[in-house]
Amino acid sequence: MPASTKKGNKFSLDNLSSQEYKSIAQKHEPKRSIFKNCILAFLIGGAICLLGQAIQQAFMALFDMSTQEASSPTVAVLIIISVILTSCGVYDKFAQVAGAGTAVPVTGFANSMCSAALEHKAEGYVLGVGANMFKLAGSVIVFGTVAAFFVGLVYAIFGLEGVHHQ
Amino acid sequence: MRLKGQTWEFQAKPRILASATVVGPEEGQGPLASDFDYIYDNLEINEKTWEKAERKLLEQASQLAVVKAGLTKEKIQFFVGGDLMNQIISSTFAARTLGAPYLGVFGACSTSMESLALAALLVDSGAAELVLAGTTSHNCTAEKQFRYPTEYGSQKPPTAQYTVTGSGCGIVGKKGNGPVIARATIGRVMDLGIKDPFNMGAAMAPAAADTIEAHFRDTGLTPGHYDLVVTGDLASVGLPIAKELLQKAGVRMEQTKFGDCGLMVYDMQKQTYVRAGGSGCGCSAVVTYGHLLKKMTNKELKKVLVVATGALLSPLSYQQGESIPCIAHAVALEMED
Amino acid sequence: MQFLWAFIIGGLICVIGQIMMDVFKLTPAHTMSTLVVAGAVADGFGLYDPLVKFAGAGASVPITSFGSSLVHGALSELQRDGWVGIVTGIFEVTSAGISAAIIFSFLAALIVRPRG
Repeated sequence: MPASTKKGNKFSLDNLSSQEYKSIAQKHEPKRSIFKNCILAFLIGGAICLLGQAIQQAFMALFDMSTQEASSPTVAVLIIISVILTSCGVYDKFAQVAGAGTAVPVTGFANSMCSAALEHKAEGYVLGVGANMFKLAGSVIVFGTVAAFFVGLVYAIFGLEGVHHQ
Repeated sequence: MRLKGQTWEFQAKPRILASATVVGPEEGQGPLASDFDYIYDNLEINEKTWEKAERKLLEQASQLAVVKAGLTKEKIQFFVGGDLMNQIISSTFAARTLGAPYLGVFGACSTSMESLALAALLVDSGAAELVLAGTTSHNCTAEKQFRYPTEYGSQKPPTAQYTVTGSGCGIVGKKGNGPVIARATIGRVMDLGIKDPFNMGAAMAPAAADTIEAHFRDTGLTPGHYDLVVTGDLASVGLPIAKELLQKAGVRMEQTKFGDCGLMVYDMQKQTYVRAGGSGCGCSAVVTYGHLLKKMTNKELKKVLVVATGALLSPLSYQQGESIPCIAHAVALEMED
Repeated sequence: MQFLWAFIIGGLICVIGQIMMDVFKLTPAHTMSTLVVAGAVADGFGLYDPLVKFAGAGASVPITSFGSSLVHGALSELQRDGWVGIVTGIFEVTSAGISAAIIFSFLAALIVRPRG
């Protein structure tokens, strides 16, 4: 039952619709600083890719690898760095500032797996670490695989040739 | 006890005989640090897992409350408690240690006042003489269960809140000097379609407003009757919304001080990682049982209405696209002259 | 210099992710899944390889390249083994990344506890 209100005041919590409420709530919602977040994502994400580029050039120079051959070890090194930073408890601090800058590069993928593995150590290695490691990364792998399957299917059906393998 | 609407007016003067609060390091860095009984310097609370840590906080707070009341744990007739964990497991294990007959309740972050209201009812009606009411929460168990692994790099929006690591307990009985539990209003579930688990304040504000409105309607009191009305954890986003809703509904909250525990427990300028403010079962519990009771014993506050607010979502309900149902329970504490 | 483009293109892909999260309010999981699929589709149209040639790590480090590598694997096996190859070849190229992530995350869990 609505509280006794001033005469003529038709507002009642009982009759408040979801729409009306959402517009009240919106007014009080602090706005996300989208522009600042994008700048930081750009700078930090770009820096991580720059690091990747440097590592790749290093592998090519030191081990006489081609670009193709150097890409796997480069990704592996970035993953190791991400795992170390996650284990030290600092990756999430960077990520709060960088947003997509740390989430989009492959470092974000490694962080999602490492953080899940660490968190579920409490439940043991088999049921905890093993079963939960892909909690966050699973969707990426599933959707990537399914998408690749359909792309492959399209190529097979239409008999297309790709310039894909070297 | 007189029943008015959804409010119980206690006639036999159940009181909070003693209380205790145990918190983690970050709460110990907040403005209320000197009001807590024990502050741990590590988030692990010297335990091996976050879940064991949350349980330890409640075990310690309950033991401390029993000692402060000059009792032994065998004298506690009932323990009413709950927490945020699935199957309220932290409270269950604490109940095991305490050994008292146990009434587990789930009210999410409103558990502190839900358990206190029930404890007061048991004592007022003569169903018990000594009841322990308490709750606990831990930042990392809440993140792990409801959101993401604690080391996961997700960017939290400015509306997100920070679960308090802490436990607060109170012992309710008739024989003693503590503040009287004058009345309690049981809330109903309110859901105005907010789906964002990172904006709990907006989800819970209608429940707080509904319970506060019901309280004043049922009792016939005005907000000016109280020196202070606090909500549990609406924080910087939810409190202004609740203020607007109550103002529109004609409830004259400007007659009293209207604040929120989530804005009191942390230093909002220095501890910016808490974003919109504190939340969790422990939030209203540690602020009420630590800070507010202290102010009442010192005669700085005489009549306080604590309106604990809870978001009753489950980790699955959000994934299934459901909105967030919320609730608020209010307990009025009054010092006698 | 490729270094400059690595920085710029990598940064821009991250900005796309940031916009998906802030403007469209997608969760990180939804954002990354979308980007992976985008990378796979882009590679299907033959657009991702030239981007990698141009921007180097700026295209091969973001998660979009994971999608493109999955397609590479599927298509090269398709060429070699026919239809079966679509399925047998998918993880060929990405094996290093996934294996490294699993192995090192597991090793980390052996040694370290989360800090909260």
